[in-house]
Amino acid sequence: MGDTILRVQGLSKRFDSEEVLRGVSFEVKKGDAKVFIGPSGTGKSTLLRCLNRLVEPDSGQVWLGDDEITHASDIDGVRRRMGMVFQNFYLFDHLTALGNVEIGLVKVLKMPRHDARGFAMSELARVGMDRFADKYPAELSGGQAQRVSIARSLAMNPEIMLFDEPTSALDPELTGEVLEVMKRLASGGMTMLVVSHEMEFVYSVASEVLFMEGGVIVERGTPGQIREDDASDTGAPKQFQRTRAFLRRLDG
Amino acid sequence: MDDALRYVIEDLSAPLLHGAAASLQLIVCSVPFGLMLGFAVAVGWVYGNRAVSALCKAYVLLVKGTPLLILLFVIYFCLPSLGLTLSPFAASVTGFIMCNGAYNSEYIRGAILSVRSGQLIAARSLGMGRFQAIVSIVLPQAARRALPGCSNEVIYLIKYSSLAYILSFIELTGAGKMAATRSFRFTLVFSVVGLVYLTMVTLASLFFMWLEKKLAIPGFETTRD
Ligand SMILES: Nc1ncnc2c1ncn2[C@@H]1O[C@H](COP(=O)(O)OP(=O)(O)OP(=O)(O)O)[C@@H](O)[C@H]1O
Ligand SMILES: [Mg+2]
Repeated sequence: MGDTILRVQGLSKRFDSEEVLRGVSFEVKKGDAKVFIGPSGTGKSTLLRCLNRLVEPDSGQVWLGDDEITHASDIDGVRRRMGMVFQNFYLFDHLTALGNVEIGLVKVLKMPRHDARGFAMSELARVGMDRFADKYPAELSGGQAQRVSIARSLAMNPEIMLFDEPTSALDPELTGEVLEVMKRLASGGMTMLVVSHEMEFVYSVASEVLFMEGGVIVERGTPGQIREDDASDTGAPKQFQRTRAFLRRLDG
Repeated sequence: MDDALRYVIEDLSAPLLHGAAASLQLIVCSVPFGLMLGFAVAVGWVYGNRAVSALCKAYVLLVKGTPLLILLFVIYFCLPSLGLTLSPFAASVTGFIMCNGAYNSEYIRGAILSVRSGQLIAARSLGMGRFQAIVSIVLPQAARRALPGCSNEVIYLIKYSSLAYILSFIELTGAGKMAATRSFRFTLVFSVVGLVYLTMVTLASLFFMWLEKKLAIPGFETTRD
């Protein structure tokens, strides 16, 4: 299947009595930036966590490249190939910014410490955080911490990056610097899957926007299609009614 | 007074120095293993499967619920009937390690539980195995939070190491007792012995204060949610 990085087929998950994912399917090609939007509690985070099996899905299949990974026994090896960025950064509290980026290289990729240090430094520079290499997480602003956490994932040289609302825990004035980094990544050809409601950002990077509700993908289209649908006034039934209703609530 | 001073310098100092050295030997042999046992039991309790976790709980309960002296008697007097004879020194160190380890594990367990849950999630999503993530991410953080408690345990250990004398291992307290019995200067001898313990405890406290400072991370103690 050549340039398909990720293929998801009928992914389902329930917690107790609650069906959180009800058959989610989609495909991500190399260089795609797919963005998931949707109301709170629809299962967007659960979906991302099922992809790298931080949460075990109940049924459905996920292929990373040519490997079916929902049953892979070497889950650590699979996770290495997918970067994950969390809403609350989850930087390692006892390590400096540099240490945070370095530790995966040393402990997981078994890179010699000296090489790892230089490499980690260049990853920090990529997100504009090299000047803060010696700072501990508690000494960083939210935006800075999130950029370090992005560098930590990028350093592992993943095939795809998963972002779960990377700016929603940030003060508004700090979201810009993180989105800027993500935009640069996207235009650099990084394959990514993003949950975000920063619509200006979403429209500028998304190759496709997927609107989720109640554990399924309800509507999906390119930013262009969604906007066009919004603007057209032909009286024809609209294709993205629910997406637009959601976006209106978001604005209001 | 002159007489007392001369007695301390000429007659008491040698046996007490010997005794203090023996006490130090007990302490130095017990502390590292007590610490390791503490980590092992805490990790087993928190992360082990049902059987391991239950075993760790039972161990802590048993040691916490038994006077150390009784534990020492069991090790020294009862194990030989099972074919395991330990010297007074080995029996004492074994008892101290068991006791120290159990209490350390309580501090370490509490500290492990205080590590924010996202830390392990982030580590696993980088591709670290569970054991690796615990060792590289959780334990370094837990160790810092457990340090004040564990250093207190070392200080207790310095003092309860005197129980070895009851198993006829002559350490500081035992040496003092023998000297006092010979000279009948009980008040003087035990005052000096007390001073030696006080000195050891003070030095240990200073060391741990230094260590806490050295291991401190800006903002770390307050990062909890
Ligand atoms: N580990 C869990 N155990 C039980 N229920 C869970 C668990 N994780 C998520 N849920 C439930 O699953 C549902 C979907 O949660 P999820 O976090 O995936 O939604 P979301 O779309 O990411 O929402 P938000 O926009 O608020 O982040 C919620 O009702 C949540 O309570
Ligand atoms: Mg979420």
